[in-house]
Amino acid sequence: MRFRTAFSIIMATLFLGPILWVLLGAFRYGEVNISFQNFSRLLTYGEGLTTYLKNTLLVVVVTVLGSLFVSLFAGYAFARINFRGSKVLFIAILSILMVPHASLLIPLFIWLSKLHLGNSLIGLSFVMIMYQLPFSVFMMRNSFEAVPKELDEAAMIDGCGRLKMIFLVLLPAVSPGLITVGLFAFLASWNEFITALILLNDGSKFTIPLMLVNLVRGDFGSIDFGALQAGIVISAAPCVILFFVLQKYFVGGFTAGAVKG
Amino acid sequence: MAIAQKEILKRKVSIRSKRPNRGFRSTWVGWGFAAPAVVVLLLFFIIPLGYSILISTKDWPLLGPDHPTNFPDNYVKISDNELFINSLSFTVKYTAIITTILLTLSLGLALLIQEGKSRRNGILRTIYFLPVVTGLSTAALLFLGFLNPTVGPMTFIFNKFGMNPDWLGTPNMALTSTVMMMTWRFTGFYMVIMLSGLQAIPRDIYESASVDGSSRLSTFRFITIPLMRSTLALCLILILTGGMVAFEQFYILTAGGPDNSTVTIVMTIFRQAFSQFEMGAAAAMSVVLLLALVVMNILQLRLVRKDDSGDSR
Repeated sequence: MRFRTAFSIIMATLFLGPILWVLLGAFRYGEVNISFQNFSRLLTYGEGLTTYLKNTLLVVVVTVLGSLFVSLFAGYAFARINFRGSKVLFIAILSILMVPHASLLIPLFIWLSKLHLGNSLIGLSFVMIMYQLPFSVFMMRNSFEAVPKELDEAAMIDGCGRLKMIFLVLLPAVSPGLITVGLFAFLASWNEFITALILLNDGSKFTIPLMLVNLVRGDFGSIDFGALQAGIVISAAPCVILFFVLQKYFVGGFTAGAVKG
Repeated sequence: MAIAQKEILKRKVSIRSKRPNRGFRSTWVGWGFAAPAVVVLLLFFIIPLGYSILISTKDWPLLGPDHPTNFPDNYVKISDNELFINSLSFTVKYTAIITTILLTLSLGLALLIQEGKSRRNGILRTIYFLPVVTGLSTAALLFLGFLNPTVGPMTFIFNKFGMNPDWLGTPNMALTSTVMMMTWRFTGFYMVIMLSGLQAIPRDIYESASVDGSSRLSTFRFITIPLMRSTLALCLILILTGGMVAFEQFYILTAGGPDNSTVTIVMTIFRQAFSQFEMGAAAAMSVVLLLALVVMNILQLRLVRKDDSGDSR
């Protein structure tokens, strides 16, 4: 199996190469190998790194909390309540997956300003919740369905109302689903580029991905690649850390999300 | 007697499952719990979608109060729009290339990693998956630096071998470089889906095949591929759809250049809307794209369904 070993080594090098290059480059400044010069230049770039971080975090928090809230109740309804129109509603939610974001962004650009959510981070967050809706609802419906119905019945007998039951009895059982929903809502909103590009037109509202693209599209001559590398590390680090901490949810979510068809 | 009883029981069960407990109350409660999702669905999906169709029937400049109806002008004009036609053929070409590469490479890596649960395979899986974790725009920006002749290592390495590729300077190289970046970013993702498909194939099928003296190649051809059909079809749907709506990778890496040689459909739509300020024409293009994708998806979903019924899962 010499060939296979050689092939694996080559592939691993090709996959790791760009990551190593950006990591080494981000911390190098001139002849100094470990320096934070590149990062500190980002602090004063444009509106300043902290502004962009704050904007991104706002979008992330609203998207994650919103997705959890919406999918917890919808997932419960689809799994536990047999209501008229539930099938049509479920298919309507899944059909979001079929529509390219470009087809929605042109009307959203006009429609959001009518809702007074144009050029707003909250408006962007709501659109992100909508993008995540099929995955979140599908995930939570499956999570609730995996919980034995006896648990509900026992709680009913004890005189639990539905809301009380969800929060006190079922929540611990569906928490892995919630973590997956939250994780993917985080990744989507932290990294979203096109939607932010179209919906936000005020530099002070930009998110991290927009800041980074501005960095390479700067009108001031040459690109500051050191700062770009530092920015890429900042943008990728939370995702990589979450990957190693929540690896189990990651692969589970990707395969569940993939079977969504 | 026993058979009759069973029949009655069956009928009872079927009556029950056909007419479930759908009282007025439970319908009300169900919609109540689903209400937040319904609000998001209506406000940010269904209304914009309808709005998109409405805009596509009007002369709708980005600014300005009047939006006279001009249906079907926006749709008729699409076929005269040279930029749209060019971007359509470029997008199809790109999609064909990326589909071939991603499918082969991810299946190949999955097959290599799948055998044996060694520590080495675990590490390799993590390495291949790592790029998937970063955002697409981040990955594109990373390659912009990685391929840059002065700061990136690629030109330096190729120079050592006497080659001097102009990574983003010619139409063919710009496409090649973008395909390289997308391969780096997405192979691990499809590899993981392929792995879950491979793991669903029962071990004893392989064992009996090897007992029967089937060669590795024919085992792959006659056992692995047929049993993987639904997984392969699924990956195909995702890659084809992703290819047809490509935007970020080209916007960041090539900006559509050089000489508009790498302009995708979605890029044309956005240019029509936000550079030409013709929202109506852009909306019409996006409706056409949407219809094409829906047809493509429905055709392929049928393929997957058929395969699923044949699967022993």
